[in-house]
Amino acid sequence: MSQVLLLAQRSVVRTLRQPAMVFPSVFFPLLLLSINSSGLDSATLLPGFPTDSYFQFAIAIPFIQGALFSAMSAGTNVANDIETGFLNRLSLTPLRRLSLMLGQLTGIVALGLIQAATFLLVGIAFGDGLAAGPGGVPVLILLSLTISLAFGCIGAWVALRTGNGEAVQGVFPLFFAALFLSSMSLPRDLIETDWFRTVATWNPVSYMLEGIRSLFITGWDAEALALGFACAAGVAAIAITAASMALRTRMVRT
Amino acid sequence: MSRGSFTSVARGLAWRNVHNWFTNPALIVPSILFPMFFFTAFAGGLSRVDSIPGFTYDANYTTWIYGFVLLQASTFGGVFTGFSVARDFESGFSRRLMLGAKNRGGIIAGYWISALVRSVTTITVVTIVALIAGLELNGGGIDLVGLYVLALLVNAFAMLFGTGVAMRLRTMQAGPLIQTPAFLLLFLAPVWVPYDLLTGWVQAAASVNPITLVIDTERGFLVGDPTKVLPAFLVVLLLISVSLLWARGGLRSAERAA
Repeated sequence: MSQVLLLAQRSVVRTLRQPAMVFPSVFFPLLLLSINSSGLDSATLLPGFPTDSYFQFAIAIPFIQGALFSAMSAGTNVANDIETGFLNRLSLTPLRRLSLMLGQLTGIVALGLIQAATFLLVGIAFGDGLAAGPGGVPVLILLSLTISLAFGCIGAWVALRTGNGEAVQGVFPLFFAALFLSSMSLPRDLIETDWFRTVATWNPVSYMLEGIRSLFITGWDAEALALGFACAAGVAAIAITAASMALRTRMVRT
Repeated sequence: MSRGSFTSVARGLAWRNVHNWFTNPALIVPSILFPMFFFTAFAGGLSRVDSIPGFTYDANYTTWIYGFVLLQASTFGGVFTGFSVARDFESGFSRRLMLGAKNRGGIIAGYWISALVRSVTTITVVTIVALIAGLELNGGGIDLVGLYVLALLVNAFAMLFGTGVAMRLRTMQAGPLIQTPAFLLLFLAPVWVPYDLLTGWVQAAASVNPITLVIDTERGFLVGDPTKVLPAFLVVLLLISVSLLWARGGLRSAERAA
């Protein structure tokens, strides 16, 4: 346990002491939010749009974008550990794979916490606040961290499979595609293009967005929250398992 | 044609960059994928936006978004060439190139040709996909010439700007300094809806953003009813002139450091 804590501490310090990792993951989502919410505010005039403020609708997007940046950070950190031989040295210790993985990802969860707190404060300061009230704050933070963990695990999995930081960067467009092909810009029932609506309906990112969005717009929407948590936790579970298997393969090689 | 002359340097450098771009998936894939993502996300996910009261355009929303994505593809063709310049400095290639090039203006020309080839390739792919997705090209032959010439002039501007930054900083760390202004110029324009439907600070920014004029003219070319053609071309030519001086200054800075 103490070894896991040491790993976790190392992961947190390493992530947070790199401004190049923290700053863009908070600044760029907020910049895009600001541009989107002014540029698309007239979309609220569409019949059936769930709120009269596009900012309130779009505030969910930075939470996912932040998580995507976390995925890149996690992947890059793990790839760096492989390239520098740190993981090889860890493989000589009696640490369990799952513990090692979670220790490595603690930094990403810490980054996710900073992101979630910042985006929440921005949402409260510039929007209409949380429709779910103060009770929604811990739920929102928990959902946001689960999403960060899910994407972070995918980043770690790619790094463990390839052992290469460049390959992790190369996956970034795919993460972006997952966000773009979701209900990011309009509610699914307002998406006119059939194939796009179908893709958005099958895309788990849509449900993560809608879970966060529900807390800002609707209040307590059990279905949206359940789907949001289920998708985030499901992706996290699959990605942790895949990363753990990749870690085993990599350790066998060493 | 002697070795180290303007033409031979430009041709050799252009060939090297184009070859690298086509043969390295890490370079070509993001260049093509990003405009495609934007096109798909906006044209597909926001197609209902053309039903907003006050949204008037003589073609479908796919065509509206194509006008933006065309500019984005051409701009980022130039921006990514700036990255190549920075990479060449980091690897030491540019230093060796400068030793061999008598006329160093050929270096900028070479990068410009490679930016042009990149953009034409990306624009071709995006256009094919857009046509499949329902792009309506209602403009005549002269409109289409205007559409693509204006886009390629924007590409030249972006490439000269990116090259100027990269030659001054000579490191890949210059990436955000090249990319962010280009990104802001593009997105602080009427991307999703007409200017009158923008709100807040983005509308204020769009009112002074030269790309607003360019994007409006591009969309006009698409429906065969271009507006403000001369001002749009003049603005882009002015931007090219300024960025040419900027790139020339960057080259001088690199020469001093070499």
